[in-house]
Amino acid sequence: MRIAATLRMALRALRRNKMRSMLTALGIIIGVGAVIAMVGIGNGAKSQVEAQIASLGQNVVLVFAGNWSSGGVRSGWGGAGTMTVDDALAISREVPGVINVSPEVRDRQQIQANGLNWNTQILGEGPDYLDIREWPLQDGAMFTDQDVRGTTKVCIVGKTIVTQLFPNEGPVGKSLRIRDIPFKVLGVLSPKGLSVMGSDQDDVVIIPYTSEMKRVSKRTNLSSISVQSSSPEFSDIVQRGISDLLRQRHRLGANRDDDFTIRGQQEIADAATATTRIMTVLLGAIASVSLIVGGIGIMNIMLVSVTERTREIGIRMAVGAHGRDILLQFLIEAITLSSLGGVIGIVLGVGSAKLLSAIAGWPTLVSVTSVVLAFLFSAAVGVFFGFYPARKASNLDPIDALRYE
Amino acid sequence: MTAVIKLENVHKTYHTGDVEVLAVRGVTLEIAPGEFVAIMGASGSGKSTMMNIIGCLDRPTEGAYFLDGVDVSHLDRDELAAIRNKKLGFVFQGFNLLSRTSALENVELPMLYTHDRLSSAVQREHAIHALQIVGLADRADHYPNQLSGGQQQRVAIARGLVNHPAVLLADEPTGNLDTHTSVEVMGVFQKLNEAGITIVMVTHELDIAAFTKRNVIMRDGLVVNDTLVERRSFAEEALRRLDQAHQAVKLSA
Ligand SMILES: Nc1ncnc2c1ncn2[C@@H]1O[C@H](COP(=O)(O)OP(=O)(O)OP(=O)(O)O)[C@@H](O)[C@H]1O
Ligand SMILES: [Mg+2]
Repeated sequence: MRIAATLRMALRALRRNKMRSMLTALGIIIGVGAVIAMVGIGNGAKSQVEAQIASLGQNVVLVFAGNWSSGGVRSGWGGAGTMTVDDALAISREVPGVINVSPEVRDRQQIQANGLNWNTQILGEGPDYLDIREWPLQDGAMFTDQDVRGTTKVCIVGKTIVTQLFPNEGPVGKSLRIRDIPFKVLGVLSPKGLSVMGSDQDDVVIIPYTSEMKRVSKRTNLSSISVQSSSPEFSDIVQRGISDLLRQRHRLGANRDDDFTIRGQQEIADAATATTRIMTVLLGAIASVSLIVGGIGIMNIMLVSVTERTREIGIRMAVGAHGRDILLQFLIEAITLSSLGGVIGIVLGVGSAKLLSAIAGWPTLVSVTSVVLAFLFSAAVGVFFGFYPARKASNLDPIDALRYE
Repeated sequence: MTAVIKLENVHKTYHTGDVEVLAVRGVTLEIAPGEFVAIMGASGSGKSTMMNIIGCLDRPTEGAYFLDGVDVSHLDRDELAAIRNKKLGFVFQGFNLLSRTSALENVELPMLYTHDRLSSAVQREHAIHALQIVGLADRADHYPNQLSGGQQQRVAIARGLVNHPAVLLADEPTGNLDTHTSVEVMGVFQKLNEAGITIVMVTHELDIAAFTKRNVIMRDGLVVNDTLVERRSFAEEALRRLDQAHQAVKLSA
């Protein structure tokens, strides 16, 4: 039998019971809608994380003071007190494949300017820091080696600092006070957004690490060292080189744990994307369950429909319909029902993903692949759950079917 | 002329639980092209069972059935469906039209399942022609529930005709109709038969059987009587007499 004629027949049969068809399709609509929206949210989160990882810079290796993995956190974030500026200089000098190194000290301080107050993160860094992070300046210039050597009172500021402390004027050339010490603003960073951890990366004041250590926090050790290797292939070699060097410099015997932690960019990326991937899979799985429930609804209604239309089946068979004509008719009806639900579900899913981004501010990303997959899956649900009722219809005996009351 | 329908010692036994029902117990029957046969008999005598076998809706448990010279007693489901579609037209007691489907589409239905399908325009043409034969072309767009019983039965006849079958089969086609409408339907049958179509029909009513050319009487699954109709009724004349009687009743009232 012609597919077009069968399709027309299926559509008519579905139109005849509009309410019932809608309610039956609702299961698929909700299922597909949920899959699209959930995967959209998951993918959105994933792409955001990926963007944040890229914002770390290129081929970055981070060396933190303290060991994070052995025997619990013995000495928290940068608290070990064993990593020195000399370590950083040694890495730069001796580890092959390293192109940039920036010693880093982190601190939180209250800062003032224009009579305004703000609590922010103070980063003591080397002059190469912005190159490592691939973080361009929007305005002004970065401090230099001379500033580092001279422990100058200069700084560059993030976008958030500008909005908080310099609402009316360009900050370059002005000064702000950290612990009552005036620092001259040399430049403004271009905005970078949220970090992998969700903190505002633009809420930052960067000063030479020497100035930070001598004038602000009065400490002698580093929190961490940012290292840039020349290419991704070098990342492992650089990490091993740093590890060997630091163990030797810190005189750690063979039976002693590292007093530092090295993280390559890839590891950070992997850890962060693993979470979002699990989230995507979980959300998708939950949504798929509702698709299956929708499919069972279709099967149920198709079984009812076959019983109701037994006489019709008998008439069709009496005038020459083969079993497979009847099978095709009911199968197409089920597929039409489910893929119609799929299309509506896709529209609703994309709509609610957009709505979520707009209202809750969650990033969502509905890919063409997920739309196509959802549609194919909904059609497949129709085939799978429609087959049994359709087969039942096609196996009816024409005489019994004609006699059916 | 060779028989279009030839039953040779046909048996049909139903097994329901432990009980065996011998519905047809050895029928031998030949029907030539152009015949118009009425099968009669008491209820339960096996008429419908035999019609179902003749109509290829069912297979005999024993014996052979030749339709148009072909032994169809051992064909499978699909082969039987193809034969029903090409060579046979059905008219049922209960009309058996698809509801909420127009008369025209009901008539088109058999063409939907024909092996060498016609274009939809030609299908439509054939269907309208079939409706013209039964005098219902002006009701093509009506739905079954908008038609009288007699009109529904004529749509069913048109559906039976549309694929130009060798035989038109009707199981109690007038069973649900009043006298006047019954005679009208018989008129359609007589007209078709004159045009050369073989018709086999089951009826309980003697005066309806009188419109046919040959009466076959069954009892307990066997053919017990097979006679040619001597004083045949003709629908036109019968209708005229019915109308006169109707007038007389009106005048006297
Ligand atoms: N599917 C079936 N299963 C079991 N027995 C059946 C079946 N169909 C018919 N019979 C039996 O076969 C016998 C003949 O039935 P059939 O329907 O052929 O009678 P009929 O002559 O058409 O009667 P009626 O004039 O009432 O329509 C009956 O005794 C009936 O009970
Ligand atoms: Mg009967």
